[in-house]
Amino acid sequence: MERRTIFEGWWFPVALVLPQLALTFVFFLWPAWEAVMSSLTRQDAFGISTQFVGLENFTDLFADPLYRAAIVRTGVFCAGVAVLSMGVALVLAVFADREIRGRGIYRTLLIWPYAIAPAIAAVLWILMMHPQIGLVGKLLNAAGLNWDYKINGTQAMGMVILASAWKQVSYNFIFFVAGLQSIPRSVTEAARMDGARGWRRFRTITWPLLAPTTFFLLVVNLVYAAFDTFGTIKALTDGGPGQATETLVVKVYRDGVVNLDIGSSSAQSVVLMLAVIVLTSLQFRFLGRRSGS
Amino acid sequence: MNARTDWAAHLVLGLGVILFALPVWLVFAGSTQDAAAISRGELSLVPVLSGLHTYVDVLTRAGADSGTMPVGHLLLISFGMAMSIAVGKIVISVLSAYAVTFFRFPFRRSAFWVIFLTLMLPVEVRIIPTYQVMANFGLINTFTGLTVPLIASATATLLFRQVFLAVPDELVEAARMDGAGPWRFLRDILLPVSSSNIAALFVILFVYGWNQYLWPLLVATDPHLDTIVIGIVKMIGLETRTEWNEVMATSVLALLPPVAVVLLMQRWFVAGLTEGEK
Repeated sequence: MERRTIFEGWWFPVALVLPQLALTFVFFLWPAWEAVMSSLTRQDAFGISTQFVGLENFTDLFADPLYRAAIVRTGVFCAGVAVLSMGVALVLAVFADREIRGRGIYRTLLIWPYAIAPAIAAVLWILMMHPQIGLVGKLLNAAGLNWDYKINGTQAMGMVILASAWKQVSYNFIFFVAGLQSIPRSVTEAARMDGARGWRRFRTITWPLLAPTTFFLLVVNLVYAAFDTFGTIKALTDGGPGQATETLVVKVYRDGVVNLDIGSSSAQSVVLMLAVIVLTSLQFRFLGRRSGS
Repeated sequence: MNARTDWAAHLVLGLGVILFALPVWLVFAGSTQDAAAISRGELSLVPVLSGLHTYVDVLTRAGADSGTMPVGHLLLISFGMAMSIAVGKIVISVLSAYAVTFFRFPFRRSAFWVIFLTLMLPVEVRIIPTYQVMANFGLINTFTGLTVPLIASATATLLFRQVFLAVPDELVEAARMDGAGPWRFLRDILLPVSSSNIAALFVILFVYGWNQYLWPLLVATDPHLDTIVIGIVKMIGLETRTEWNEVMATSVLALLPPVAVVLLMQRWFVAGLTEGEK
């Protein structure tokens, strides 16, 4: 879409976009370019000479069982977060869409967690689930569960999935509520007339009409789980115990910032960039279709 | 419609509310209790009013064992960061969206695509090279380094472009008949008609800025530049820590400002979030 009515002159608009373009070049494109370049080179042990090695960093990366394990782990983590946070949000949204008293208050009380930082969500969950002082953690231990997410890798994974999903529910809730509101009342009324109620009405009417929202949220949640949960995981388990909660982003951070393995970290960065590009294109292709219809 | 009370809905929604409120309430209650009692596992859900002095303590006193600045200082850095990022992103995006929708200039399309590309390059995927670029510019451990690189925004530019495209032609014509120049048109027509979008975006971006973790972790190692989020993670990372009430008070203070912004501006925020993504 283009505007018909425009102003003359070209230096003024160029001056207007310049700040944004400058920031983009310096802090986005240049680092991305550097990442690609150093993913294709390797430094000797003393960092004196740099050698072009082609795709060797990438073949090494995918041959590394630790990296492959991190891919699988990230997949499990992302799926867990997306399903859990979207599932809970959908149930809440369906009930918040009913005509009940206090609907507005319920909505407000379910929307505010949007503002909680991923790292702060982790802190809240630590204080809840801490094996010695946490309200729930203590109960689990009293029930004889041997609860200690600092030692047990499976428990640690459960914790980071729970905390990450918990923080994302309100975002999904807002979109599911908007999606439900956009379903024409005439459609649901017609279904009611036909005697479809409860679960059947949801399955045959609501769920199919909600599909665009669900798909959009699925992509957003996968991106969130893959990239925005760094703070949650870092604060909760720091990727541990061992590598039990080390997702791909945590691994880039550990390998690059902590272990200073620049070549491998850059190759990992490039792999992640490709993942973001695929996910973002999916999101936008789909958005174009939705706004076009 | 249904005159009877919908108990199922109240039950499910009530449980949902508790699911989110309980952890925060527990942490608030804990923040007012005795540190030693919490360590022994005697955390209670009932707050102690006399324990509210913990808040005064953490706000003004530096964390002795974690080496963090007083929470008052951390909050100030977070507030400065969130405000700079929110205002900076809005200003820079309004200007570039204005340029690409109301003007013709060489490489207009390319400029738009370059801005769009930033969506594909979150900091999480370019940790090391970004650090190197920041170091080249001497921006490590500076407030500028903490804020300015995060100000570029494809999402905000796309949103404003959409809003500007929807401005009726008659309005633009009328402004031109009145002899309004490009600046006056922006100030007197475009900004007022997009004020609710600006409000919505402000909420989203303030929360975004306040909640940053990886970025400050990378570019600011100086404790004077620690944000509240960085500070609380440092505090909780200490295995030997025993002042749990102070950790809890700090958590409450860390989440209060962004939650307040969302609640106070809820109307614009919800509309803006769901519209912006369309």
